[in-house]
Formats: sequence, C-alpha cells, structure tokens
Amino acid sequence: MASGYSAKEEDGHHSGALGPAGGAAVRSRKPDNTAFKQQRLPAWQPILTAGTVLPAFFIIGLLFIPIGIGLYVTSNNIRELQIDYTGTESSSPCFACSQNYSWNMTTPCVCSVSFSLDQPFESNVFMYYGLSNFYQNHRRYVKSRDDSQLNGNLNSLKEPSKECEPYRTNDGKPIAPCGAIANSLFNDTLALYYNDPNGTETQIQLVKRGIAWWTDKHVKFRNPVGDDSNLTAIFQGTAKPVNWQKPVYELDSDPENNGFINEDLIVWMRTAALPTFRKLYRIIEKNSSTSPTLPRGNYTLKITYNYPVRSFEGRKRMILSTISWMGGKNPFLGIAYITVGSICFFLGVVLLIIHHKYGSRSSSADLTH
Amino acid sequence: MWRRRLTCLFGGEEKRVDSRTIHAGRGSSPVADAFPQQKFCDNRIVSSKYTIWNFLPKNLFEQFRRIANFYFLIIFLVQVIVDTPTSPVTSGLPLFFVITVTAIKQGYEDWLRHKADNEVNKYPVTVLEDGKRVGKESEKIKVGDVVEVLEDETFPCDLVLLQSSRDDDTCFVTTASLDGESNHKTHYTVPDTVKDVESLHATIECEQPQPDLYKFVGRMHIRRDGQETAVRSLGPENLLLKGATLKNTKKIYGVAVYTGMETKMALNYQGKSQKRSVVEKSINAFLIVYLCLLVSKAFVCTTLKYVWQNQHGQDEPWYNPKTQQERDTNLYLKMFTDFLSFMVLFNFIIPVSMYVTVEMQKFLGSFFITWDKDFFDPEVQEGALVNTSDLNEELGQVEYIFTDKTGTLTENNMEFIECCIDGFQYKNHKFLTETDGLCETDGPITITLNKAPEELEELFLRALCLCHTVQVKESQPVDEIDGVVLDQVDGFSPSPEDQCAFIASSPDEVALVKGAMTHGFTFIGSDSKSMKIRNRDNRVEVYELLHVLNFDPVRRRMSVIVKSESGEVLLFCKGADSSIFPRVRKEEVDRIRVHVERDAKEGYRTLCVAYKRLGNEDFARVDAELREARLSLHDREEKLMAVYNQVETDMILIGATAVEDRLQDRAAETMEALQGAGMKVWVLTGDKMETAKSTCYACRLFQRGTELLELTVGALGEGEGKREERLLELLLEYHKRVVHDTPPSKTGLHRTWSSPGQDYGLIVDGATLSLLLNASPDGTGSHYKNLFLKICQSCTSVLCCRMAPLQKAQIVRMVKSSKGSPITLSVGDGANDVSMILEAHVGIGIKGKEGRQAVRNSDYAIPKLKHLKKLLLVHGHLYYVRIAHLVQYFFYKNLCFILPQFLYQFYCGYSQLPLYDAAYLTMYNICFTSMPILAYSLFEQHISIDTLLDHAALYREVAKNAMLRWGPFFYWTMLGVFHGLLFFFGVYCVFSNPALLPSGQVFGNWTFGTIVFTILVFTVTIKLALDTRHWTWINHFVIWGSLAFYILFSFFWGGITWPFLEQQRLYFVFINMLSSMSAWLAIMLLIVLSLLPDVLLVALRRPRGRNTRQVLPRSPLCFPSIPHQVFQIPPVSHLHAHISSFLHASFLCISFLCPLSLFNSAVAG
Repeated sequence: MASGYSAKEEDGHHSGALGPAGGAAVRSRKPDNTAFKQQRLPAWQPILTAGTVLPAFFIIGLLFIPIGIGLYVTSNNIRELQIDYTGTESSSPCFACSQNYSWNMTTPCVCSVSFSLDQPFESNVFMYYGLSNFYQNHRRYVKSRDDSQLNGNLNSLKEPSKECEPYRTNDGKPIAPCGAIANSLFNDTLALYYNDPNGTETQIQLVKRGIAWWTDKHVKFRNPVGDDSNLTAIFQGTAKPVNWQKPVYELDSDPENNGFINEDLIVWMRTAALPTFRKLYRIIEKNSSTSPTLPRGNYTLKITYNYPVRSFEGRKRMILSTISWMGGKNPFLGIAYITVGSICFFLGVVLLIIHHKYGSRSSSADLTH
Repeated sequence: MWRRRLTCLFGGEEKRVDSRTIHAGRGSSPVADAFPQQKFCDNRIVSSKYTIWNFLPKNLFEQFRRIANFYFLIIFLVQVIVDTPTSPVTSGLPLFFVITVTAIKQGYEDWLRHKADNEVNKYPVTVLEDGKRVGKESEKIKVGDVVEVLEDETFPCDLVLLQSSRDDDTCFVTTASLDGESNHKTHYTVPDTVKDVESLHATIECEQPQPDLYKFVGRMHIRRDGQETAVRSLGPENLLLKGATLKNTKKIYGVAVYTGMETKMALNYQGKSQKRSVVEKSINAFLIVYLCLLVSKAFVCTTLKYVWQNQHGQDEPWYNPKTQQERDTNLYLKMFTDFLSFMVLFNFIIPVSMYVTVEMQKFLGSFFITWDKDFFDPEVQEGALVNTSDLNEELGQVEYIFTDKTGTLTENNMEFIECCIDGFQYKNHKFLTETDGLCETDGPITITLNKAPEELEELFLRALCLCHTVQVKESQPVDEIDGVVLDQVDGFSPSPEDQCAFIASSPDEVALVKGAMTHGFTFIGSDSKSMKIRNRDNRVEVYELLHVLNFDPVRRRMSVIVKSESGEVLLFCKGADSSIFPRVRKEEVDRIRVHVERDAKEGYRTLCVAYKRLGNEDFARVDAELREARLSLHDREEKLMAVYNQVETDMILIGATAVEDRLQDRAAETMEALQGAGMKVWVLTGDKMETAKSTCYACRLFQRGTELLELTVGALGEGEGKREERLLELLLEYHKRVVHDTPPSKTGLHRTWSSPGQDYGLIVDGATLSLLLNASPDGTGSHYKNLFLKICQSCTSVLCCRMAPLQKAQIVRMVKSSKGSPITLSVGDGANDVSMILEAHVGIGIKGKEGRQAVRNSDYAIPKLKHLKKLLLVHGHLYYVRIAHLVQYFFYKNLCFILPQFLYQFYCGYSQLPLYDAAYLTMYNICFTSMPILAYSLFEQHISIDTLLDHAALYREVAKNAMLRWGPFFYWTMLGVFHGLLFFFGVYCVFSNPALLPSGQVFGNWTFGTIVFTILVFTVTIKLALDTRHWTWINHFVIWGSLAFYILFSFFWGGITWPFLEQQRLYFVFINMLSSMSAWLAIMLLIVLSLLPDVLLVALRRPRGRNTRQVLPRSPLCFPSIPHQVFQIPPVSHLHAHISSFLHASFLCISFLCPLSLFNSAVAG
C-alpha cells in the first residue's frame, strides 16, 4: 500500500531514503557502517601551505630556466632566411609580374631575386613558402573539400560533396579535386640557384618528397583505383579545378607523387591555423658530410610568378631554414621558459622571505600540531 | 500536477454542491431515484502521470518547460536551420542524452507508480450487494457500497463504520501509513445502526472531500421499516480512512463515502510547494551574467565581422568565393544569421551538463545524509530521512533556527512528578529518590505531612483516571503477530498484576494515568459507553461516559462528563492553568497557583484539574446542546466550541499536576554549538512562559549573565487600552538598550558573536505578539514590527511562548522577510509545528512521539535534536562548499573553454570556424571534465568531519552565501579569462612558426585547436586537483582517469578514418602533435603558468586541512578590517590577503605582457 505513494512523493523532488520499499521496510533499516557510506573513506589530505609549496616554486624555477636556455640556444642556432617576393613595391624584381597578372597567361612570368648568405646553412635546409593575410582558416574555405574524394573514393570522384560549392562541377563535369582549397593551390614555382664566385649558376637540387605528413600521404590521401592503372584514364570524365593550369593527374611526372597524393597538394590541403603561415615547399638535402648544404655566398631565387595575392593585400615569402629537434626557429618558447622559470624562482625567494619574516607567528602555529 | 488533475476532475462540482448525499445499500432504496443522482468518481487510484500513449509527447513537453532545456532546444534548432559552425550533433547529443536519461528515470518512476496503482486498484474486496457478498476488484467500489474489511486489511476507500465484529461497536485502526502514528485508534460504529447490515436503508449526508485527515462532518438518516427516520451525527471517529489498517477486530462493514481520488489519503498526497535554495538563485544570477557575456561576444564578433569585411578584398577573396546562396541572402538577414551562428559557437559557455551535474550531485549527495549512521537512533530504529534533496546546501546557510520546545528540545517522555491537591503537595513516591534534591529547596512544603481531606484526594485521583482519552492495550492473544504497536507503549512495562499498557495520542495523559495508578487508582479500561477504574479498596468502579469534550489547542483543556454508579453526573476538566483559572472560583486559585508557578519554574508541565457537578436539568440541557452541535453540518467546530466554553464554567479547582518532560539528549550541547556557529536560536512553544524559560536556561540558550527582556502580558499589565502604549514604551526602551548598547559589533555582514558586551534574551508571548503583528494598520504597525525585529536581531536568543501554530509560522515569515532575507530553519516534531516547518527555508522534522505529521511535511527528518548539530555543521557546511565550488568551477571551466574559441574568431576572419573539433566540443563537458567535479562535489571534505563538529565557528566561514557572492564569482571569472587568454595566446605565439615538427613539416589549424584543448583539459582538471583537499581513491580514479580517457580518446578518434565523418579533420593530428617536442614543451609551460596564480594563492592562504586548529583564536579585528576581499574563497588572513592580491594582480600583468611583447619583437626581428 504505502509503496505506491512513496513513489509519488518522489515526484518532483528526489527522496533519498524513501526507496520503493517505503513504509515498514524503512523502519528497521540501520545505515550500513561502511567507510564509503559514512564518508570516511581513507583519503590523502594534502595540506598546501607556504612551506609545502615553496619547494615547488624553486623546483619549477630550476627546471624551467635550463630548459628555456636550451630552447633559446637551439632556436638561435637555427639559420633562417626570409625573402619577401610579393612585388608590390616598384623596386621589387617581381613588381612587373605582380602587376600584369591574369589566370590564363600562356607565358609564365618569371622573376629572380638575388640574395646572399652570410653564414653557411649546415645540415638539411627546408624551403618554405609563406603567405600573409591569407585566410586559409576561413570557415567557408575550410569546409570546401571532399576528404572522401581525396581518399580515392570513386563515387565521390564522380559526385563530389556539396561542401565543394562553387567548385563542385565545371561544365557539368565533377571537379577533381573539388573545393576552394584545392582550387587555390599555391602554384608559384620556386627554384634556387647558387651563384658560384666563378660566375656559373648552379641549380640547387630541391627534393619534393617528404614534405607532407606520412599518414596524410599514405592513408588520408589516395588516388582512386580503377581498372586502369593509368591515372589519366581514372580521372577521365572529371574536370580540373578552375584555377589550375594542369589537371590533377599531371601534377608531377613521378607516379608516386601524382594525382591526389601529390605532396604539394597534400601540404596545401592541411589548412593553416592563422592568416600568416608558412608551408613546407622543398627540402634541400645535405649531400656531403664536409661541405655545408648551402655555403656562404650569393644565390638567386627564380620565381615563376603565378599566384596572385595583391587583390587581398597578401604577401608572399620564401623561407630557408634549418631545423632542430624543436622544429623551426621560434624564440618564444625559450624566452617564455626562462621568464616563467625566473618568475617562479623570484616568487620562491619572495615567499621565503615573507614566510620567515611575517609567517613566524602562523608557522609556529602550524608546527604546534 | 496533482492539483490540476483534481480540479479538472471535480473542481467545478465542488463549488456548486458543498455536501454530498450517499445512499447506503443503494439498489434497494426507493428514495434514491427521487434525487438527481450525484456523480462520484470510481475507486481507481491514479498516481501515475503518463500512459503508454501520451508518455512521449507529455514527457517531452514537461521537460522542455524547464528554461534550461528550452534554451538548449532553441540552440539546437538554430543549428539545424541556420548554417552554423558546429553541427547540430554537438548540442543535440548532450541534449538528447539529458532528455533521454530524464525520460527513462521518469518513465521508470511512472512504471513503479502504475505497478503500485494496479496493486491497489486490483486488490480483491468484498462488497455487499442486494444482501449477498460479492467479490470485486477494489477499483470497482462505488460510493454507497457496503464494504467488508477483515483484520489486518487496509481500507480500500474512506468508509463510514457501520458494524464491527467487536461487542462494543468499536474497531481499532492504525494509521501508520497515513500519518505514521502506529498506535491503535478507536473508531466507533454509527450508533443505532442495525446489526443487520444487509437490510440497511440509510442516507448519508456529508461534506465534500477535503484533505484534513482529522475532520469529517456528516449526518446519517437511518430508515427502518415502519419507523421514523433516525438521524445520527457522523464525525471523524466514524470514518475509516483509506490506507489505514484494521487491527484487533475480526471484521467490519462500512459504507463507502469517498472513493478513489477523493479519499483523504489521495487528497493529502498533493505536492508541496517546492523550496528553492539560495544557491539556485545564485546560479540563475550567474547564468544571466554569462548570457549577457554570450550575447555581447556574439554581438562584438558580428559587428567586427562586418567592419572587417568592408575592408578592401577581405569579404570575398578570389580563393574563397561565396556560394550562390550566400550572395543572394539579404544583408540584414545575413547579419542576423551570423549573430545566431556566433551564439551557437559560443553557447557552450552555458553548459547543459551543469544542470545535470548539479541535479546528480544533489540527488546522490542526499544519500550520505540517509546513510549517516550517526543519525541512527536505536530507540526509533531509524536514521535520517531526506524528503527533498534540493536543499542540501541550504543546511550550510542557516542563520535562524526556530525550534519547538516539547518533543524537540525536550524528550516528550513524560513522568509524573508530583501533584497538589487543594494546596497540599504530593510527591510521587516512585520518583522520590530522584527528586530529593529538589525537595529540599522546596522550603516550607514537605511531603505528605499535610494531607488534603480524603474525599478530595480521591476525587482528584478519579478525575485523573477519568478525564482522558487513554486506551488500555489489551493483552495480546497468541495469534496476534503485531510487533509495531509495542513502540508506542511509552516504555511502560506491564506490571504483573495487570497485563496492560496505556495508549494515548499525548504522552502527558499516559503520565497522568500512571501517576494516578501509583496513588492507588487504576484505570482499567473503557468502551464507548463506560469507563472502569479500580480504586484503593481494589473495588471496580464503573462510570458511564456521557460526553468527551475533546482537547484542542485553542481551549487548551479537555473535559469528560460521566455518570457515577450513584447516578451523579460529574464533569471533570483538566487543562492549562491559564485556561482553567478564569473558569473556577477565585479563592481556590491562589492556593494552587503557588504550586503551579513553582512547578513551572522547575521546568515541569503543569495541568490543573477541576470538576463540576451537573444537576439533572443542567445535564439535560447540556446534553441536548452538545447533540445538536454535533449534528450540525456546517460550522460544527464553532458551535461545539461555543457549547464547550459554556459548559466548562463555574468549576471547582481540585488540584494541579506536574509532569516532567526531560531535556533531549545533549540538547544543551547542540544548542550551544549552533549558537557558536553563529545561528540564532528562537524557541517557539505553546507552553507557558515559566516552563519555557526554565527549559531555555537548561538548554543554555539563556545564560546566567543574559539580561532578559520581557514582552509579555505580565510586563504590559492589565487593561486593553493602555497595552499598546505600554508596548511601544517597552519596545523603545529595549531598543535603546539593546541596539544602542552594542553599536560597534554591528558592522558589516558579520554577526555579533562573542561580543564582549551584554547578552540579551527576549521573551515574547502569543498575546503580545498578536498585538505587535496586528497592531493598528496605520504607520505605527510597521514601526512596532521594525522595532521588534531590531530588538530580536540583537538578542542572542528569543523565546516565544504561548504560541498558536499559526503564530509560529508568522514569526518565521517575519524573520524570513526581514532585511537581508536570512535563511531560516524550523525544527519541530508535532502537528502544531507543521506550519512553521513549511514556512521556513528548511524544515526539519523530529521523529518524535507526536505522530509523523511534522516528518511528513519536513524537508529533512532526524530522530533526535542532537542530530541537528551534525546535519548543519557537517553535512550542511560540506554540501554548501561542494555545490558552491561545483557551480563556480563549472562556469569557470566553460569560460576558459570558450574564450579561446572567441579569440580565434579574430584570426579567422570572423568566419565562425570552431577552434576545436566537433568531438571535443561535444565531449568536453560530458566526458573529459564532468566526472572529477562530480566526484569532488560528492566526496570533498575541505575540513574533516571531526574538525567541523568540534569547531562550530567554522560554520561562519560559509555564512551568508560566502562562496557564491559576486566577489568569488568575479575571482573565478577572472581566472577563467586569464586561463583562456593564456591558452590561446600562448599557443598563438608558438604557432608564429608552425613548423614545429622535427621533420620541418607544419601544423594546421586543427593541431592548433588540439594543443589548446589539451592544455585546457589538463589545466582545468589539475586546477580541480589543486582544490581537492580530500583525495579518496575515487577522486584519484576519476581525475587521472579523465585525463587518461582524454588521451586514449584522442588517440582513438584520430587513429581511424571514420566513415561517417565528412571530413577527417583530426586524422593523426593528436599523434603528430605528440611527436613534436615543441608542442609538449608549450603544453607543459602553459599548464604550469596557468596554475601558478592558484598555487601562489594557496601558498599565501592560511593553511587548511585536517589539523586546522588555529581557526578559533582568530582575532575579531581581522574581519572588519578587510570587508571587501575580492579573493575571498576561504578567508585569508589580514596581511596575506594584501600581499596575495597584489602579487596576483602583478602576476597576471607580467604573464600577459611578457609573451606578447616577446612575440612582437620576434615578429619584428
């Protein structure tokens, strides 16, 4: 009898004790004497006081300052050279190229920028292109891709995702790869020449493999597989992205770097976090153990200028950089570590003083029990 | 819910007809057709809310009526309709989860109700139809059916008792499941109903159903063949309530008067008005702040977006063209949808999960109160009972305690101490040794040296034996298996000579009857017509019981009219002195008053006994009047009262009794602790001033040095006209004395505890109070009230005596609505405390002897007063700290969750790109950060239980909602902002060169978000870990488990290309992130940097923990000197507070400026 109503009583507010049993069942119920129910579980009760926290400050200080110094030194040892070749200034060698720009130019506009290295670049040198004021992280842009198509799905190849609009189809044919990201693939060609003191110009070998994440190259991006091993045949019936000069199956002569698994494409498809970004373009491998990869001297950067940035006030850079275990040059981490470490150490000292000077009353109280 | 259903069932009808006519044995009644048959509902009990068909729509509707759910539904719908940055799944999934869980829980509860309903509704009953016994299901019973009920069965509906198998036309009933009173109550058959129920022709007129269990008014017209219709009055003693159980009686027949949802039981199960806690109000206030924050964020972003887009080339660069649809949309519509999109993007700042977690915390947390074995009382065999879990934290906020005296402060375990007959004192020899000490102080009066005349003595004892409603419990037959009743036997073990025990609704009566027994007069038993007593000569006297003039709290007395064997009609009356003295001859009063006052001063409950001889004509008149009043259908109460008052006059005072009501176990200690915790204790009692005052002294509510201010009828003096003037004078005088005496201690929020000055205690009585509260309605009325309140607030304790139940509630309401709206708590055990229990913020019921009504209406019920200490000081304090921290933490963690996403908008062209992946957005509040805070809010003991119990003053630290005021809220918000800024800009600086992999490869935007998110999850969790002072294995498991789960989930989520995802955004992002040393270092740095201020604060804070002992000697100077601490979580000592706030501020500055300036220089270089 009573049970029916205890359930009703719970309505609206939870009743702790009145289980469905209710009534007489409750009467004889003695609470269990378990540690859990009595809130007496064994517990570690840390007491954080000035005394216990002080060492932490010193430890953090002592730990962070060396790390910071290490980072700072590492960062400082990284050689980095940036060349802005946007060509907005009339003095710039690429001024002409940047002015008369049109997508369907038959003869590419080439400009060269000369620079010199005061110090040699040892070990592998990484060549990046950098763009500024380019919003690769715009939501409309980020969405505009079809990962399924890029993964080699044949259905998606013929029927790309709606997200790719307005670069989904062209003249009724599906675009491969579809979407705004792929459409705006960076297509400047950068070539580097070493000007020998004797006057000859030698082109520096640029490696275009290994610039994309391994998993992207091997898992996330795949060429569609058809009856034919020939990419051209597989991409039959698709259109090239509007702004591309060549279709996707002609991106590279190397079949391992062609089609969707072209590393330039893969790198580009990884949208950058911030509007100013750099992307890995080529790697200059160290070829002999004796001579530096890029010795001191004069160089020429020859740019096939295809990529327009003037319309949105963007800028283009070429960056040469060596790499350490922490990646590219970034003084921030080292300085931040040193700063935080110093602050900790300083605070530790201050606290110690306070603790000794003013805390004697309270600390003696601490100690009495 | 219930009310609505009921009103729609028969609300309209109720207004039209205020009584109902029932034909018992309908079928055979020819008259029945003449009347338009009233329609009554069937006997089906419906406590369930839903049926299978309406469950889904109705439940959804109910759920979305909650403002929070509705908000999330709107967000979800916006996501579905508008092109928003996050998929509808991110907010739809949590909402769906919450709604489903709630629906399942409610569905299950409803299923239980259906089951219980069916059990009741399908219960087989026997009904007499056309003279035959017919088996039926309970739900088929109709009003007017004659129902047979056997022993130990419950009544299927409200019945008027027609016939009982007992010879004396009574039956015994326990109403344990109705009001918890397990004693046997006697109910009487309607007099003169024929023994042969089958041939009964009767019409019952009775009032419409009403929930009062103890009220029933009706009239029965009995028709016999060839005879005149007899009319009999029906009262509650004739009504058997549904839910009660038949005891000690083989079989009864009764006619159904109220069925189904109209039974008193069903009417009584209406929901109480829900009490809301201050924490909930704080949450709502904070919610509004965050809502404003959300809207302003969205607004800022929308504005900036359109400002930015107006710049040359930014709106639609060639690489990122708009879709056709976007171009076509109207600009203003576009702005609006953009605004909505931003709202959706930032909506996580107000988390669904907070509501879920708060609910869970309250629900699960309340179990610890029920489980607490310290609340278990071996006598009652019960622990604490939690009727609502919504108020757990309110227990930690109590400022005023209103306590009943009898049964709450005292045990309500009465012992007859002494009596006084005609001015001569008689000590109960049984307790002589105990009271010896008192005897010596008594002075001139010595025991039994002087004796009253014998006949007066015997008259007095007979009066004690007759004037009561006590029943004798029959010796149990062997087949009786009824253990429950023994509880109520009042600790009286049946003496070998008479195997009986007394059962009564009030323990005083039992004490008196037993007292009479020790003096030689034994009450043997009674039936409805007569009472038997055994006198000193061992001879049985039989008295015919003519009338019982029941006790009620307004008259404060009861009487019986009996006819002795000699044919003499006597009226015996007993009651409070104040109600008896004006009704007896003056000369007797003075002799007895001395005793009564002395007894009262010693804390005994006194009753005066008087009698009156009624002549035959007198009696005939009285009898007629009483019968007439009983038969009246309307205003029966008032009419009866008038007759009673008329009868109980010109009596002769015989003597007085003194009954001791012992203080409850550790009552004084409890009161002292509660006062030490800064609570003000008010005693509200119906008892007389002297008794109550002595109890207050005994409970140490009044100390020796306490100066008592009296606002009583005595102090005001006689004379109606002058009273008000005198009252004002007194009020002004006291006000001057109390308030002006102690001006410095009234500073700020802190109450005057341990003030070195004078302690004041105030005594008010009911009459003065009504004068105060109902004073002339012009301006002076509120002036009185204000003065009175001010005086009260400056007194350490207040005693209100001679209170009617309603006045108790009035007092509570007055304090509740006074300035600062303090949190009030009422403790009581009896039905007269229900009003104040319901009125106060928190109502506590004591599982006492006066039935279960207080317990049923309370929010929490405890067996004894002493348990109040732990309930408030430990559970209340802990729950408050837990939930306050929970709320603050929730707002904090969502602020620093969403702030980076907000900041990211500045760097992604205000395009509403979420910083975090959808999975992270969804899971953050559900999985990654919800469990640690839940565990914290269930298990945290920032101060150990023992310390809390030992140092009541610790309670003051959380007083006045200390942890949820704007100060702490501001602190937490600032912390959230600081963390959010740090997370975002820290990672931003690292990403100034996104080539963070040792292979020279670069990170994209999803890695950026993942790094921020990783820092976020770790920081927020470790921040909680830093705040945790009580690490049980559960805390360890949950905190480290959440972090491990986050890492595992990230591996898993990024490790597979999920076929159902449109974009594989996180594919190997997390693993690649971990392969970058820079990312590791950045994560570590930012976590440490974020937590540094907290650690610093901890270092500067007073040490807390299990060894905290030095809290007590805190100097009183400390608090007033820092009235507005911003970082006030737990109070910081004077010096430390300043240093810490300074350091904290400067630290914030340094940590912002350093990285930014560094970054700037780095970019420039």
